[in-house]
Amino acid sequence: MSRTTTIGNMTGFDGMVFGARRAFLHWSSQLRPIGGAGARHAAGLATATLASALLFGACPALAQDLTFLDPAGPIARSELDHFWRIALISSVAVLPVLLLLPLIVWRYRAGGKGAFRPNWDYSRQLEITMWGVPIVIVAILSVQLVRNTLELDPYRPLASDVPPLQVDVVALNWKWLFLLPEYGIASVDSLTIPVDRPVEFRLTSDSTMQSFMVPALAGQIYVMPGMETRQNLLADRQGLFVGRNTQFNGPGFAGQSFALQVTDTAGFEGWVSRLRQDGPVMDEAAYALLATPGTAKDLSGMRWLALDSGGAFGFAAYPDGLFDRVRQRYMTQLPVGPAEQPGSPNYAPEGARQKDSQHD
Amino acid sequence: MYIALAFVMMARAIAEAAVMRLQQALALDGGFLSEAHYAELFSTHGTIMIFFVAMPFVTGLINIVVPLQIGARDVSFPLLNSISLALTAVGAALMMVSLVIGDFSTGGWTGYPPYTGIVFSPGEGPDYWIWAITLSSVGTTLTGINFAVTIYKERAPGMSFMRMPMFTWTALCSAILMIFALPPITAACVMLALDRYLDFHFFTSDLGGNMMNFANLFWLFGHPEVYLLILPAFGVFSEVIATFSGKRLYGYASLVAATMCIAVLSFTVWVHHFFTMGGSPYLNAVFGAATMTIAIPTGVKIYDWMATMYRGRIRLTVPMVYALGFMMLFVIGGLTGIQLANPTISYQVHNTLFLVAHFHNMLVPGVLFGMLAGYTYWFPKVFGFRLEDRWGYVAAYGWILGFMLVFFPLYVVGLLGMTRRTYDYTTAAFQPWMIVSAVGAGVVLFAFAALVIQLVRSIQGRSALADTTGDPWDGRSLEWSIPSPPPAWNFAVLPEVKDRDDFTRQKEGGAAWNPAAQYDDVELPRNRAVGVIVFLTGTLLGFALVWHVWWMAAAMLAMIVALVIWIGFQGISTETVSAARVYSVDCDFLARKRAALGKSAASGVNTVDPVGRARA
Repeated sequence: MSRTTTIGNMTGFDGMVFGARRAFLHWSSQLRPIGGAGARHAAGLATATLASALLFGACPALAQDLTFLDPAGPIARSELDHFWRIALISSVAVLPVLLLLPLIVWRYRAGGKGAFRPNWDYSRQLEITMWGVPIVIVAILSVQLVRNTLELDPYRPLASDVPPLQVDVVALNWKWLFLLPEYGIASVDSLTIPVDRPVEFRLTSDSTMQSFMVPALAGQIYVMPGMETRQNLLADRQGLFVGRNTQFNGPGFAGQSFALQVTDTAGFEGWVSRLRQDGPVMDEAAYALLATPGTAKDLSGMRWLALDSGGAFGFAAYPDGLFDRVRQRYMTQLPVGPAEQPGSPNYAPEGARQKDSQHD
Repeated sequence: MYIALAFVMMARAIAEAAVMRLQQALALDGGFLSEAHYAELFSTHGTIMIFFVAMPFVTGLINIVVPLQIGARDVSFPLLNSISLALTAVGAALMMVSLVIGDFSTGGWTGYPPYTGIVFSPGEGPDYWIWAITLSSVGTTLTGINFAVTIYKERAPGMSFMRMPMFTWTALCSAILMIFALPPITAACVMLALDRYLDFHFFTSDLGGNMMNFANLFWLFGHPEVYLLILPAFGVFSEVIATFSGKRLYGYASLVAATMCIAVLSFTVWVHHFFTMGGSPYLNAVFGAATMTIAIPTGVKIYDWMATMYRGRIRLTVPMVYALGFMMLFVIGGLTGIQLANPTISYQVHNTLFLVAHFHNMLVPGVLFGMLAGYTYWFPKVFGFRLEDRWGYVAAYGWILGFMLVFFPLYVVGLLGMTRRTYDYTTAAFQPWMIVSAVGAGVVLFAFAALVIQLVRSIQGRSALADTTGDPWDGRSLEWSIPSPPPAWNFAVLPEVKDRDDFTRQKEGGAAWNPAAQYDDVELPRNRAVGVIVFLTGTLLGFALVWHVWWMAAAMLAMIVALVIWIGFQGISTETVSAARVYSVDCDFLARKRAALGKSAASGVNTVDPVGRARA
């Protein structure tokens, strides 16, 4: 992917305004119902009003397809929906403070006309309101929170007629390695998925703890060595999206992003066959190179299949059981020293390979 | 001492923040800092602001104000107090040394392993972080014990729990949090040190280590920590708002209950810092709902303060400007906090600048404005002269404006997907917001400069600003009934408390500023050099551990153990102030006070010599 993300051919201030309008129109046309059918219109209208006020008033900047403000799938769309809905409900408690406080200060200023009751310090009705209203608001929000959390559990497979596309992800310093077991192919810092087909990511790290996120499609999930986490998502719109690591992990962190292309089925199959035909086979030596600290761009001298100018690569095949082996290597009763630890500044791939072959 | 330390460290941390904001304003495809330098900056900024600005400021304010508010001569354990201060200063000194010798950690103020483990960070950086926090956290635990015992045992006769001033209540809750919340961070840091130094495997990737255990321990400390900081700030606002509204605090019982609720709930929400770890949705739902529950008592507090102002007579002094700025801005942070409490939203904005904006929105208007309001409010009590007003207003409005300019744009870019801790970025749409934010950082720098100017001007003009009455604000609690600055024994005679706003009761009933019937000798702790010795040995110990100078570490450890044993044999060392001395100082003050009030000097003075009667 290119170094600078732009909105069409615009950058900076122009892009801000354009992006905001586009996001708002897109989002408001796909408002999801909040409660039952009765509450749908009123709540939707209110949410849209607040959203437009905030979007145009306070946050008009938008980089295309980087953010959940412009969602391209049902999960990110629900998350955006929750975001505005909770803001709206919470305003019931927040707005009175913002409105009443200046009024009180003005009316009861020293030398003002307001009454003075220096010993008034309790009112039963006021106490009941002060405690009661927040309790009711939090109760409403909590019910929604529990429902939303269970519904958008990243581990929960998405309902669909099509079986999910399985993608195994290995987080490296500072690259993302994608393995597609169904097709036997692998790619680095670039992935293409078909539109309207659920994708199930299984994630592990062969380095430090990281966090995997494609904001336009779904939220983030931690990626940890020796552990496996999952993220289910679905794209219902084609486009080029950005995904990245959000957990700081050293000097290459800021650039650790990847391009996620969502295409139709034909486009996806074309991508798969391109990797199969033109891509090299990833062997253990190639994996060790990938695992050495550095960005994918640092490896642009390699004669691998370049997927774009930013250092993304494709492979026709990868070592058998790579994902499981990466995850399991931390679960053995053997130490993983700095020389064998991908991502460590003292990582020495030769030593690591010898050790691997001994254990095999 | 604590507050002076806090101001020095604040100068450094604000400068670092301004450099970071400038970097990000210029960082579209570049900027002027290297990634490693940027990472050191955000790590030191966070560590310093939490552990060496906010903590010492809060501790210092409690130290000064609580004994005066509860009518005590000192804290329960003065020696322990000086040792706690020394340990905090050790941590601060290690932070400063790391600026010159070697590199600091790049793992952020949270220092998550395995990144900070020996495999990924073989340098000395994380060791600086570990020892600075370990040693100062021990000091804070001891401080908590000291404060809690002081408030339980040293209250003046008649001061029941429900007559304690609100600041003292929040200090008590804060002290309890210190006792229970600091040990987890001490333990986590020592465990990380064992991993790094002795090849243990608590938090490593291999051999059964688990990095999420560190996250659990860290936030088991980290979440109560933020309430530990903000509750005393709430206490300051309660005092300031009641005093400058000329009114009894509305809903005292509610505020006490809310404070205790917050203190207890703060231990039940730590998982919300890592909803994204892939735990069960039921776990996330429980902790999410628990987190939102905290909004209830916090909201009650805000409304209680509004009701306190209602039908009051509001004087817009500098502390009051901070208090109003805090209330307006804090509710916005509260709203984004409710949003973040939802796991489904946390998935999206966790680790983004939205999160950064949120916690700064709680900590800057909450803790920092609270501390600055308290600093302005109690300054005359400690030094005997008020702070000059004009630069005070400039600083207060500067902080409010600067805060909004810095952090509101961060909310926006966070929603747009900008990740925290990135030294550069490639999305052009971020840049305009980052420029606004950098301008805001300039305003904050200016506001800090205004505080310095204010202090200098006030010292220069101290005779005009002198507080001869001991009660410059028409205060309501006991600390305003004694001279400014208070004598070493604080109260000539321990007061008999009959009401919540006892000093207001005395003033209204004509009982204020009357000489006591009887004066007694006062015993005071002697000044001792133990604190200085602990500071020196502790700093050298930390330095030796960072650089693996084993002989020095062993020697310093031995000296500290020897010191503890030696102190044990010393017993309690006090000096006595005679009743006659206490009497004459008090008479001077009361005479001045009466002159200021225009009362006849003869009207209420006892004709019998109280000292003589004491001896009879």
